[in-house]
Amino acid sequence: MTEPVLDIRGLTKSFGALVVSDGIDLSLNPGEIHAVIGPNGAGKTTLIAQICGALAPDAGTIRLKGQDVTALPTRARARMGLARTFQISALAMEDTVLQNALLGALGAAGNPWRLFRPVLSDRALRARAEAALDRVGLLEKAAMRTADLSHGERRQLEVAVALTLEPAAFVMDEPMAGLGAEGGQKMTALLDTLRHEAPILLVEHDMDAVFALADRISVLVYGKVIASGPPDAIRADAAVRDAYLGEEA
Amino acid sequence: MSAILIVEQVLNGLQFGVMLFLMAAGLTLIFGVMGLINLAHGSLYMVGAFVAATVAGLTGSFLLALAAAMAAAAMAGAVIEMTVIRRLYHTDHLDQVLATFALILIFSEGTRAIFGSFPLYLDAPALLSGPVTLPLGIEYPRYRLALIAAGLLVALGLWLLIAKTRIGIQIRAGKNDREMIAALGVDIRTLYTFVFALGAALAGLAGALVGAIQSVQVGMGEPVLILAFVVIVIGGIGSIKGAFVGALIVGLTDTLGGIFLPEFFKLFMEPASATQIGASLSSMAIYLLMAAVLIWRPTGLYGVRA
Amino acid sequence: MVNAALVAALVGVPLWAHVAGEPFTITLATRAVIFALAAVGLNLALGLGGLVSLGHAVFFGIGGYAMGILAFHAQNYLPMFPETLAIEGTKSMPVIWLVAVIASALAALVIGLLSLRTAGVYFIMITLAFGQMFYYFTISWSAYGGEDGLSIWVRNGFPGLNTLDPIQFYGLCFTLLCGALWLSHRIARSPFGLMLNAARQVPHRVETVGLDGQRAKLVVFVISGAITGLAGALFADLNRFVSPTMFSWHMSGEIMIFVILGGVARLFGPVAGAVLFVAMEHVLGDLSDYWHIYLGALLLGIVLFARGGVVGLLAGRAKSHD
Repeated sequence: MTEPVLDIRGLTKSFGALVVSDGIDLSLNPGEIHAVIGPNGAGKTTLIAQICGALAPDAGTIRLKGQDVTALPTRARARMGLARTFQISALAMEDTVLQNALLGALGAAGNPWRLFRPVLSDRALRARAEAALDRVGLLEKAAMRTADLSHGERRQLEVAVALTLEPAAFVMDEPMAGLGAEGGQKMTALLDTLRHEAPILLVEHDMDAVFALADRISVLVYGKVIASGPPDAIRADAAVRDAYLGEEA
Repeated sequence: MSAILIVEQVLNGLQFGVMLFLMAAGLTLIFGVMGLINLAHGSLYMVGAFVAATVAGLTGSFLLALAAAMAAAAMAGAVIEMTVIRRLYHTDHLDQVLATFALILIFSEGTRAIFGSFPLYLDAPALLSGPVTLPLGIEYPRYRLALIAAGLLVALGLWLLIAKTRIGIQIRAGKNDREMIAALGVDIRTLYTFVFALGAALAGLAGALVGAIQSVQVGMGEPVLILAFVVIVIGGIGSIKGAFVGALIVGLTDTLGGIFLPEFFKLFMEPASATQIGASLSSMAIYLLMAAVLIWRPTGLYGVRA
Repeated sequence: MVNAALVAALVGVPLWAHVAGEPFTITLATRAVIFALAAVGLNLALGLGGLVSLGHAVFFGIGGYAMGILAFHAQNYLPMFPETLAIEGTKSMPVIWLVAVIASALAALVIGLLSLRTAGVYFIMITLAFGQMFYYFTISWSAYGGEDGLSIWVRNGFPGLNTLDPIQFYGLCFTLLCGALWLSHRIARSPFGLMLNAARQVPHRVETVGLDGQRAKLVVFVISGAITGLAGALFADLNRFVSPTMFSWHMSGEIMIFVILGGVARLFGPVAGAVLFVAMEHVLGDLSDYWHIYLGALLLGIVLFARGGVVGLLAGRAKSHD
């Protein structure tokens, strides 16, 4: 069996008496989409923050491509190939779509300390950014101001920025949030093709998307993984139905 | 260097500190509740001093002058809150800086146009003039002692207002959750005007009180304003307690540094250059202190951690 | 259009004044160009980096004192650090400029390292406080005039030029301004500019693509300080005088006003703002002793009603980065 790209062991974090991550074990294998679901307040956002380096865990280890990255800052993890998308789009709204994609390409493959040469004259960088925009279907809108994009297009741009990193793993925070039925289907189709480039750790509320895409699902409740397995097993799991699906049904 | 000198300088530092607190309290309250950085706070200090000097000159009553200073500063505060400041709550800090800087220009030049460029003088009341003899035979100006007492009294009053009264609850709630208190039916516009006018009145009071030991002139508020900024950066923005502690630290550091640093350098240098270096360093002492606090705690002693 | 008109005026008016024999007009234009240079410096930090520095007078003052101190030693034939290094002063502008740029860049590095630990309103207050620190330090530094400042008898020289001729000195200042504008223009379009632009708007995004936004802000703060420092050296040479008022927070406020009057983050905004400021100072200053009231009212009007500044008003809102 191949080694997991992302391997999380015993991740624990608490704020005072509130335990937000309680000994979480998670792994992400090559080629798979591993969905993390759970009711509000289950600790999904703080989990992502710890995986990406925005928040330091109290205990536990995070390994990326076999290397311990638990103590590394966000920047270093990104350079090692961890690409994050944000739940609320984190895009430079005043800039063009292309500039946002270029930023990712710059972080992954460019020299950001060049002060005089126009960034647009760097063909390699531009090609990388445009390829990513093309993948998500935004290439013809490259010159538009990001603020003028629709909500769905901004979500696609989020994914495109992650793609420019040519990452080893994606960590996606609710990429379906706020998308309508049609937008959701488009995004589902896109993510379905992305898994072959890099596996996706997908935190998502949209159950249709999760059950359509995920190879494995882990259920997080009060900071604990209460069940983990293929979608059919999760659907049948009594504890999950009780703790989570039962509430929503 | 005698014990008497030390006690005297400590008292001077305390007096300076409590006056800084009156300024810093208003600034930090306004920032804490409304999220506004108000550079024009020094202008309200100046308004207080000018009104006090004028009223004292006309009536001869110091108490009346103080009351008039507070009322005038509060009114000026309420007016600029309703006409200008109110539009700035939802803008970024850059706009707040510029608009309140513009207010300084208008206030300073307006005052110069009315009162001229020559300083006015405000005399301390006869009752408080002359020295008082403290234990150990230390003679100290009665008025400065009264300033310390007045400042501490105002600090206590402010603490009571915020900790114990209904309006204090609203102010504390306003710091944390604007929507919530609006939902509870508190008129947030009136509350903001009140808080701004309260801060203005404290600044006006400080201006009037200090006006009796310094000359009253255009631009007098600005050095105090910037020191008050240092105070709230050290104390933590939004914290009244931080403003109090920070004000005393800055007041004492500034006063004692000016006396003791030259003496300190005389221990191992020739007197002339020791005085020179000591004076230069003491003029920078509070800023070095601020830098040190920031390295240690970027959000100040009592500031909320990000 | 607005930019072209501005450049035409900055070339045409002084040349006309030279021919017509109106040296005072050239001096006014020189003042405007030097203020513009200081503001172009601040605009890099403010417009591109989003750093609201209310302490840029520090760099203006350091540039000024670099000129003052070097020229003071040269004109009095007193070496600096007589016991140890015995460096002669200098009356050569290029050397003075180099010292001014290096000294203000170093100051910007230290102030930036400390101030960038914080953000928002703390940053504003801290840069303001550092300005005051330098202000009071120069007041108490009696070796170089203390509160009275330093007078330099003759303007410093530039190889091949007669700097005493107003139009030649103006030409030097104008060339430096053009250089700084070109630099800003290149930086804004460079990879570094892209990173900084994003770091201003969405700092957490910059980190998640593997870039160091904080360091980018520090670098731009240093460049910004260096340019403003160069302007300070020129300003000192224009007046042949330096004093602690170059460090005063009013100076910081005025440099910021130049940027805002013209329009933040616009290449020519600071130039338009500085020209407008000097014109107002001259015209309104003649009409009334209290012209700052009108300046205050105009500033208030721009902040509350015309966010894009004068260039924004004239050029329309469509292009935010001309």
